[in-house]
Amino acid sequence: MSDLQSQDYVRRSASTMTPPQARNHEDQVAKLIDVTRCIGCKACQSACMEWNDLRQDIGHFEGSYQNPDDLSPDVWTLMKFAEYENEQGNLEWLIRKDGCMHCEDPGCLKACPAPGAIVQYANGIVDFISDKCIGCGYCVKGCPFDIPRISKKDHKSYKCTLCSDRVSVGLEPACVKACPTGAIMFGSKTDMKDWAQERIVDLKSRGFEKAGLYDPQEVGGTHVMYVLHHADKPSLYSGLPDNPRISPMVTAWKGIIKPIALFGVALAALAGFFHWITEGPNEVTEEDEAAGERVLDDAEKTL
Amino acid sequence: MTNTWQDIKNANVVVVMGGNAAEAHPCGFKWVIEAKIENGAKLVVVDPRFTRTASVADYYAPIRPGTDIAFLNGVIRYLLEKDAIQHEYVRAYTNAGLIVKDGFDFKDGLFSGYNEETHTYDKSSWDYELDEQGYAKSDDTWQNPRCVINLLKQHVSRYTPEMVSRICGTPQDKFLHVCELFASTAAPDKAMTSLFALGWTQHSVGAQNIRTMAMVQLLLGNIGVAGGGMNALRGHSNIQGLTDVGLLSNLMPGYMNLPNDKETSLDVYMKTKQYKPLRPGQTSYWQNYRKFFVSFQKAMYGDAAKQENDWAYDWLPKLDIPLYDIIKAFEMMNNGQMTGYICQGFNPLQAFPDRGKIRRGLSKLKFLVTMDPLDTETSRFWQDFGPQNPAHSADIQTEVFQLPTTCFAEENGSLVNSARWLQWHWKAAEGPGIAKSDIWIMSGIFHRLRELYRKEGGAFPDPLLNVTWKYTDPISPDPEELAKEMNGRALADLTDPATNTVTTKAGTLLDGFAQLRDDGTTASGCWIFSGCFTEKGNQMARRDATDPREQGIAPNWAWAWPANRRILYNRASADPDGKPWNPAKPIISWNGARWVGIDVPDYGPTVKPSDGVGPFIMNAEGMGRLFARDQMGDGPFPEHYEPLESPVENVLHPKVSSNPVARVFADDRAAFGSPKQFPYVATTYRLTEHFHYWTKHALINAILQPEEFIEIGEVLAKEKGIEQGGWVKVSSKRGEVICKAYVTKRIKPMQVDGKPTHVIGVPIHWGFTGQARKGYGANTLTPSVGDANTQTPEFKAFLVNVEKTSAPVAA
Repeated sequence: MSDLQSQDYVRRSASTMTPPQARNHEDQVAKLIDVTRCIGCKACQSACMEWNDLRQDIGHFEGSYQNPDDLSPDVWTLMKFAEYENEQGNLEWLIRKDGCMHCEDPGCLKACPAPGAIVQYANGIVDFISDKCIGCGYCVKGCPFDIPRISKKDHKSYKCTLCSDRVSVGLEPACVKACPTGAIMFGSKTDMKDWAQERIVDLKSRGFEKAGLYDPQEVGGTHVMYVLHHADKPSLYSGLPDNPRISPMVTAWKGIIKPIALFGVALAALAGFFHWITEGPNEVTEEDEAAGERVLDDAEKTL
Repeated sequence: MTNTWQDIKNANVVVVMGGNAAEAHPCGFKWVIEAKIENGAKLVVVDPRFTRTASVADYYAPIRPGTDIAFLNGVIRYLLEKDAIQHEYVRAYTNAGLIVKDGFDFKDGLFSGYNEETHTYDKSSWDYELDEQGYAKSDDTWQNPRCVINLLKQHVSRYTPEMVSRICGTPQDKFLHVCELFASTAAPDKAMTSLFALGWTQHSVGAQNIRTMAMVQLLLGNIGVAGGGMNALRGHSNIQGLTDVGLLSNLMPGYMNLPNDKETSLDVYMKTKQYKPLRPGQTSYWQNYRKFFVSFQKAMYGDAAKQENDWAYDWLPKLDIPLYDIIKAFEMMNNGQMTGYICQGFNPLQAFPDRGKIRRGLSKLKFLVTMDPLDTETSRFWQDFGPQNPAHSADIQTEVFQLPTTCFAEENGSLVNSARWLQWHWKAAEGPGIAKSDIWIMSGIFHRLRELYRKEGGAFPDPLLNVTWKYTDPISPDPEELAKEMNGRALADLTDPATNTVTTKAGTLLDGFAQLRDDGTTASGCWIFSGCFTEKGNQMARRDATDPREQGIAPNWAWAWPANRRILYNRASADPDGKPWNPAKPIISWNGARWVGIDVPDYGPTVKPSDGVGPFIMNAEGMGRLFARDQMGDGPFPEHYEPLESPVENVLHPKVSSNPVARVFADDRAAFGSPKQFPYVATTYRLTEHFHYWTKHALINAILQPEEFIEIGEVLAKEKGIEQGGWVKVSSKRGEVICKAYVTKRIKPMQVDGKPTHVIGVPIHWGFTGQARKGYGANTLTPSVGDANTQTPEFKAFLVNVEKTSAPVAA
């Protein structure tokens, strides 16, 4: 959403140019969500709606306290509720605030073909720059956590910005400010990891031997981390990926296919040039024009 | 709350039973989390459902709705049997050793003195044996079998773990584990806090639910100490203030009683108020009752309240029945005895039991006035909204006056929170449209009524004509001016009788209720608020969060009644010699000359420990009561009674199954269902996304919890073919609700007296006005039953049936 000065960028989608990174002294930030002290009150959800001025349509009861029923262009964070019977036969109600994880190695950014539509700032926040978004949906495919959603209204992709607009002026994200039990904390990534360790010691003393921090290294770590009672089984928490990884297609696109494709594009351009030299310019016929319109219309419908 | 929100962090054990603090009080719940993280506290939840509070608990035990007394009497039995009580505390600070009269008895579910015809008790036998001077006899050795502690032991002996499990459906091992956790706080330096709310009050035995836990807390030495106490979490912004200023039909401000028609003079009225000490040298603070009363009358009637006219005693209304509560009011409407109703900030069509009866009552009125910031269901009761409000407008003759009011954010004023803090707030916005403040509206009604009485006379115009109304703006008195009136001021120069010097000049605001007099020289609208607005300014507006010991007591933040005291009974935080039981978390202690510490002592500031004055200064014996004398309507000891609608008989005494003195009108009794027709236990509750019936008017809250549903366990759902998110019809003898089903693991069948018992959860928030989807409202189902002491309706335990169905269709 927000476009901070490009000198804050450390990564920029579909660009070979390295951003200048004049502000590389910035601390890496992180949001720590301690699910063990979260009471599922949805204050974070309503604060997110208030700050970002988002209002989903009023839905229906769908068999859970999870409302609205899914993330959407108007729902950037969502409480998810999982009823879990543990090995002792006791019930646990695992409540998790879902939303963008702000990966250190963001799959969305890697997959994005629109130059500068997805950027990562020096503080680690991954942000969507809407006016550069082409609505292709590759970020959705690239995300290991199933977060971005494409708007049917403006065909642009949306997700949590980690309140980059607030953070850039020294405020905490809106959800952090609203959380009544301090289950959502915000600070430097180092501090958050230290604090998480203290919490894990406490949880282990209360019988959660597998308590731990969720900061998956498969995506280079994340700037949104969880303290979990069952860190050995993240998927208990409404399908938090046990081993999140960027789709091989995206990796292949970046690593192998993209250079080949670029070579192909260059080859085509060269061929076109020679075609123009030898045969003269192509004229667009009316049939060509109509065919083009049809392709565009079809593309609209599939979105 | 005896203690404060912040003080919860000092607890070693936090028990949430009879409430759902995380869900209903999420902001205050931060202190529970703080107790867990900073104080290593264990959180115990006892609830029919696995709630959001249970989701962060260290231990959860299920319980059948309406059986809390059985559970807690079982806890008392456990503590006494295992000798897990704080001996020195119990000996010195409770009435354990006092001797009970010979006539007192308990047999087959009834205490002595029961009158079957009137469904009331003659409570004269529920008292101590008195000596010649009128003091209660005592046996400090606890040898006398008539000692309170021995009678209590005998009373709870029936509540064995087997019996508790049989009644409550709580597995024995879980019950015993909870007992162990509670017992761990019997150590003098350990404390448990009890957090509760409507989960205890909304029962036919509501007051006794709370009392039983208070007794547990006394036995454990957890009252008056840091991290302890009985903490009622108030659900409604300023419901504490409402109680404090006596907005109940039988109360006056500051917990004084409205006279009844047998109390024909002030002297007769006073006879039962100024309790004489029941033990030598005790404070018995209510001896000052007359000062509070006369000062109130002076605030009401000014110069017209005089010694000669008994301080205008005759102008007060006199009750001809114990009280005119809401259940009674709607009974009267239905019987045509009440034909007009002013409904201020209240939505009874959603909030009171047996919605059908409420609608019928409103339909019989000549006029209904509603005053509310929102378009309430009550003000639209006459309009057809389809199956959710099938009204026949043409048949209803009630004239409805809907007066829009401003809300709290659109006016200055104070709110009293659960911790008894009066916190001033400032207007943030102008009210919308033609909304007017409640003060403006009520003043307008007052002036017009008074004018009518002045012109036309009437049966008894004196009370209205003589009311004093000397406000700068009589049309809309300023909230600060009203607050000063509550605080009180000197009407003449007040002199110190010892030195004969003037201590308080006429006209000045009082510093506190200790200055009140019964000779007409002081006025105070609400004695417990005295000190909130003094010559030093508006104490409620103070915002200094300094907390000297970081123990959750910030004496300069707002102002707490009484006397800016943050922890009630705090004398009990120290041992009889005045040394704190818990040296790490002292509140007050004796320094050789006076009581010092971080809170205002709830005690004479220079009363020596050796004087033997008890810490419970409001009680005539100065002690915490394990035996309540005549203060409860349904018995001096708590006893398990089944809810009026129950799936089982009372296994302890089948002939007296439910509370024999619960408030039930005959036509309401006819509307009770039997377990044959309605086999499942239902309980109603709130969800964190909504505040009562208000926030369904707000878009964000409506998005977060859009539609009415009930909660049902997986086992029963499977039995009934009910699918996740599918439509169900929930019915009671009084009505039916068609809504979605949430099939959940969080409600499990319980084995009650050998039979599986299923619980249906009914959240309350939906109605037919506002932004959320239309709903029938939980009170369509609930019975019109009042608690024996408070008349609070039994919303937490009743019977329903549930069936799979399809979506409702408009008729």
